[in-house]
Parts: sequence; structure tokens; C-alpha cells
Amino acid sequence: MSKKDLGLLILILVVGAIVAIINPRFLLPINLANTSNLIGLFGILSIGQAFVIITGGIELSVGSLVALLGTLFIDFIAVRELDWPLAFVLIIVLGAIIGLVHGWLITRLKLQPFVVTLCGLLIYRGVARFYTADGTAGFAFGQNFPDLEFLTAGRSYGVPNSFIALIVIAIVMWVVLHRSVFGRYLYAIGKNEEAAKYSGIRTGRVVMAAYVICGVLTALSAIYFAMYTRSISPASHGQFYELYAIAAAVLGGFSLRGGEGSLIGVILGTVLLQELQNLVNLLGIPSSLNFAVMGGVILIGVLVDQQWGVFRARRQMVDAARKGAVGAAAE
Amino acid sequence: MMNYSDTSIAAITPFLSLENVRKTYPGVVALDGFSMDVMPGEVIGLVGENGAGKSTLMKILGGVTTPDTGTISVDGTAHKGLSVEGSLASGIAFVHQELNLFENLDVAANIFFGREPLRAGPLRLVDRAKLREMVAPLLKRVGANFSADTQVSDLSLAQQQMVEIAKALSIKARLVILDEPTSSLPIAETDKLLDVIKGLKADGISVIFISHRLHEVERVADRVVVLRDGMLAGTLAKRDVNHDQMVKLMIGRMLKEREKASEAARAPGAVALSARAIRTPTYPARPVDLEVRRGEILGLAGLVGSGRTELARVFFGIDGSLGGTLELDGKPLALGSAADAVAQGIFLVPEDRKLTGILLDLSIAQNISLPNLPAHATRSLVSASAETATAEKQKKNLGIKAPSVETRTGTLSGGNQQKVVLGKWLAMNPKVMILDEPTRGIDIGAKAEIYGLMRALADAGVAVLMISSDMEEVIGVSDRIAVMHEGRISGILDKDRFSQENVLLLAVGKQPK
Repeated sequence: MSKKDLGLLILILVVGAIVAIINPRFLLPINLANTSNLIGLFGILSIGQAFVIITGGIELSVGSLVALLGTLFIDFIAVRELDWPLAFVLIIVLGAIIGLVHGWLITRLKLQPFVVTLCGLLIYRGVARFYTADGTAGFAFGQNFPDLEFLTAGRSYGVPNSFIALIVIAIVMWVVLHRSVFGRYLYAIGKNEEAAKYSGIRTGRVVMAAYVICGVLTALSAIYFAMYTRSISPASHGQFYELYAIAAAVLGGFSLRGGEGSLIGVILGTVLLQELQNLVNLLGIPSSLNFAVMGGVILIGVLVDQQWGVFRARRQMVDAARKGAVGAAAE
Repeated sequence: MMNYSDTSIAAITPFLSLENVRKTYPGVVALDGFSMDVMPGEVIGLVGENGAGKSTLMKILGGVTTPDTGTISVDGTAHKGLSVEGSLASGIAFVHQELNLFENLDVAANIFFGREPLRAGPLRLVDRAKLREMVAPLLKRVGANFSADTQVSDLSLAQQQMVEIAKALSIKARLVILDEPTSSLPIAETDKLLDVIKGLKADGISVIFISHRLHEVERVADRVVVLRDGMLAGTLAKRDVNHDQMVKLMIGRMLKEREKASEAARAPGAVALSARAIRTPTYPARPVDLEVRRGEILGLAGLVGSGRTELARVFFGIDGSLGGTLELDGKPLALGSAADAVAQGIFLVPEDRKLTGILLDLSIAQNISLPNLPAHATRSLVSASAETATAEKQKKNLGIKAPSVETRTGTLSGGNQQKVVLGKWLAMNPKVMILDEPTRGIDIGAKAEIYGLMRALADAGVAVLMISSDMEEVIGVSDRIAVMHEGRISGILDKDRFSQENVLLLAVGKQPK
């Protein structure tokens, strides 16, 4: 765990302690379970986003994808009565294909990630609304999927299964990001894509793979969100979720220029965001201020982090000067 | 040493006068005992090899650095050194080799950027009419055939140079220093630029014209100042300015020593990399044929912009060729990316170490393992111990000076960074090793080590292609020298015809002796 991650963890604990003191209901099992369920759902989404951000890209369409893929999933199992494992696989594959198309447009046709995924944001939202004719996708009365419901919305020993799923995914993706050859390539490309290319890395393929991973994890979280809300109105479902995911990554120490950030960081970022949401509810702050609180905290967090970096760099320079290690560059 | 003795200007105070200027950097004497005068309306050609001290002189005149000793007089007033503001206020203007224009703005906006005439009122709107009025005479003076509202991106390179010169004139320049202004210009455009210089002279403005293109210097200069190893090698008056005299002064006595030092020619090996009618995106109409043999160091010389780096990019799969064929060991070679080249054992040590050679934020070990990461992994998981082992071996082998292989490469010196770039390729098995300016910005000790490494590679049967603008390096290290001129190979020299003069002649497109 890096110093940055540790700082974030301490912030989470301090905020948690303050909220708990003001409103002890924060620590009630039911509140903790609800919050950790949300952490699970948003965490899966944010990990996907993190893989794209590490390459220096951005994926703005995930909120709309949560709506579209969630709508399709419910439609598949509730209306078309597909077996849910089949529907599950179909949705994951669809997420992968959409990620692949985004990656292809960005790496082969050299479009900017922001533009490609902004168009995605608009297109998928529109398609989702058209698909349900602006209606609501949901289950008929008495329709039950016990296994699916247990896996997505159920609890084991009081812990939401969605949270457990996040832990499992986080461990796997931690290995991928921090230990695998692919992960090293991601960092290298994020730091300096040209130099990575000159080292013989097929940078296009690696970046494309990052968008596929994002698509798959988004599809998975779309299923979880769908089973959590159980009914979806595509006009509003998942709105702004891309921003939650980006915010979690940024809070977690990711640089939007790429090449920086850790998996633990993005998880902690998600935890802090959900804690803040909970804080707004529990402390009786008008819920209309929700976004303002989140924005304010992110801004302060990033500012402190950046100033701390400047401070450290300055101190290093002063130290170096004191040691007399001033090497005037010979040109 | 020859002296100028033009009686017509002898009575006038020189606009600029340098006396006994000395400038040292740690370990290097950049300029030593240098003196020169610049008369009003005089065009001075300043020539010298790379590293002769031209850029230090420019920095002193621009006020970026101050000399250790000596005086600089402007209009007869002596200074210890100039400041940037002082240089500007004295009317010294620079036109650099790299243009500093905003391509998305028009000509007028570029010339008066930040100094636009404003209309009255709180909105501080630009007074377009006034601006055009101010720009018109400047454009006329540089002989511009384009209007003030042309967008800069629509201009040719020579026209952009004219805008730069107009910009220099707009600060009421009295001395315009042109640093390699023609190096990227085609011949016809160059003529226009030389005419502009004559126009400036006619207006009484002094010009210092720095160029590697000696025939242009010959055409335009009233006097030529030759720098060598930080010292004034000689001054040539107008009537003595000719190509051979300049080359003689630039090279000095070093020439003969070098030639003696050259070893007997080696027996050439089989052709490793062969290029037939390769056309680079920069020079699509200039097909290039080149063969690099196993066991040799082929030097690739030429002026900046002659298409050497572009050729290397094609050989390394970064750019596609617009035609022609590549062969490796006699087999056709199709390169879709650098990854393909690396898989075939063709490696490149690029010109720009910090942008493309290494990743500054990664450690030495991570940089060295990067091109061959799967070999340092078990079941796709990177093995830190395997990485460290490879890196330690290269660190020892190359003598990389760093606390450990975990050190961030960004904190290393230039020479050690270059060794990391070499290390990442040496850890694999090179067949063809391309090095683009491998010793640029590297201290002398590390330079010698890198030469030794290249020779060791060649002796081990690797085909080595070394691009270099350092004349001594090209002659001292290569087994054969290919010279490029404006996108094509203008000649290939075998060891018995190696001389700085021959390389220079081929580089400017003339026949060697």
C-alpha cells in the first residue's frame, strides 16, 4: 500500500468516525450492509474505468451502458425468458464487443477517447430509451430467479454478495494491473506511449484490451445494478455513473494523463465517495447538495495531494542544494 | 590567421564587439579567447563543426548566459555580459532553426504577438487596421509575396522564415542572427531567403548567418568567422571566402591525425539488412538503396534534415515505406510496427533518448526488461527476480553508474541513460543495431565506452548502422560511411577515402575528391 493509499484510508476512517459520533446510526449493520452493497456495485464499475484511465484514456459511456445493458438483461430474462446464465453471458459479451469497438476507433482510427465515448454516452442512452419506448423495464409480478437474486442482491453472513464479488474482482485485477506483463504494458503506455512503442510493445492492442476490460466490468456492474433496482427507466438509470467512476479513480490517485494509480486507490476512492453519500443522508444535509459535497471533497483532496507533491519536490531541491550537489548542466 | 581590412568601414564604430571572451562549463571550455567585431550593415558568416562553440556564442549574445571573462561592447559601450532584456533593447534579434510561430494564427498576429495595438475602450480589442498598417512595411522589407492575414500554416517554410525575420525587424533590430535558417529549405526557397539577407544589409542592419551550407555562406557573407574547439580558427575577408578555405579552417590539423589513426579495412561479412528503393514519408520521391553488412559499423552521415532519422524509422518499423523492399539475411522483411522489427532482432537506439529511448519514470530494471517482458515472466506474471538478474548483468556489463537497478532512469546522467537504452537491446540478441546520434549530449568518457560497445557488437557479427552528425565520430568509428543529402544517399565512402572534407562535400551534394 502506497503512502497515497494510506492517506486516503486514514481520511476514510476519520470521516467515518466523525459521522459515527454525530449519528451513531452510521454503524448499524443495516446501514453498513447497504453502503457496502453500493460500494460493490460502483467499485466494479470504477475498476473498469481505472484500466482505461491508466492508459491516458477516458470512458464516458459507462453510465449509459449501465442503462442499456441493464435494460437488455431484464428484457432477456423477464420478457424473452432466456435462461439467466445465457443472458448473463450475452450481456458480458456485448460489453466486450462495445469495448472492442471503442478501442478500435481510438487506436486504429486515431479518434480521441473523449469524443468516441461521449458519442457512446449519447448513443447508448438513446438506444436504451428507444428499446423500451421510454417505458420501464422490470419483472412481472411473481417472477423470481432465486439463484441470480442470491448472487447479485443476496447476502452471505450478513455481507452483501455484490461486495464479495468486488473483493474477488479486485484481487484478480490487482494481480493483472500490478503483477502481470499486461499490467506493466498498461503503465508503460500511460507514462509514455511513444517510448513504449519504440520498445517493441504493440501499444494499439494493449489499449484496445483496456477498453474491452472496461466494457466487460461495466456489463457485469450493469447486471448488478439491474438486479439491485429490479426495474429500470432508461431515461435516468445510471445517469452520471461515469462521473462516479472517474471521480473514484481520481480520488484514488489516478492521473488523467495516464500511467499513475493503483487498484487499492480506486477501491478506496469508491469507498470514500459512498461514505460521503451516506454522510449526506445521515447528517440531514439536503440531498440536493449531494453532488456539491462530492465535488467539494474531490477538489480539496486533489488540491492537497498536488500541493503536498510541490512541497516535497521543493524540500528535495533545498536538501540537494544544501548537500552541494548542484551540478550545473554542461551544454 | 587572416584579418579583415576593409577601409570603407574601418572608421566606423562596430555595432557589436566581443573581446577575449571566455566561457567554461564544468569540465568543458566552450569558448576561449574569442574576439570578433560586427560592423553596421555587415553580413558575417559564422561556421564551425558541431560543438565548436557556436551555440555558446549565441547564448552569450542572447543574454541567456554571461561569459566568465572578456567584454561585449554594443555601440562602443562595454559590458561584462548582456541580459536577455539588454540584448533585446540593444536590437539583437534571433531567428532560430526551429520556427517559433503559432501556425493557427495569421501572419500579422504572429509578428506582433503580445504587442498588438489596441482600440480605445475597456474591452481591449485588437485594432486590426492599425495592426495591418504596422505589418505592411515589415513584410515589404522581407520581400514577402503573401498578405498579412494569411494563416501561417498555409505558408511554405521559407515564407515562415520571412515571418520570423519580420518579427525580428519589428523590435527595431540592428543585428539579426540567423541560426541555420536554410537547413530545412529547398534550393529555390533558399534563394529567396538570401535575397532577404541582402535587403537587410542594404538597410544598414547587421546579420550573423550561421550555416553548414558553405556555398550559401560564400554567396552572402562579407566576412566569415570560423570557430573551432571554442576558439577563433580564422577570419576570412570577402575576397578570401571560398569553400576550401572554410573547410580547411573548420577542420584544422585534426584531419591528418585522424586519417593516420584509421585502421586497416576489415573483411566485410554477408549483407544483413538490405534496403532497395525505400521511400520515406518525408522524401517520397527519393528512393534509397542501402546495405548494412554483418560485422561492420556503417556510419550514416549528412546534415540535419537530410533524411537519416526518417530512414531509421522505416528500418525499425515505426513508419511504413512508401515503396521498395527490405530484406534481412536475404529474406524479405515486412515490418508493420516496431514490434515486428524487434521480433526480427532489428533494434533502434533512437535520437531522442528522453522521449522515445527510455521511460524516465520506470526503473533501470523495468526499462531493460520492457521489450522482452514475456521472457521475464512465468504464466504472464512478471518475475521481479528475473528482471533484476537481467538488469544486474547489463549494469555490470555496461558499467551503468547507479545506486541499484531499482533506480528511476530519470535521475541518471545522459550517458548512463543511453547505456540503459543499449542494455535493453543487448539483453536480447541483436542482428541489426541502429544507433541514431548515440553520443549526443554525453560526456567524453561515456562516449569512448559507447564506441567500444559498438565495435564489440560488430566483432560479434552484428550489423551496426550509426547515424551521426559528429564528423570525428563518423570517421573514427565507422568501417564504411554512407552520406545522405536531401533524402538520397549521395555517396558511400570506403575506409581509404575517409576524410572530413569528402564527407562534407557529399553532405552538401557535391562529388568527393
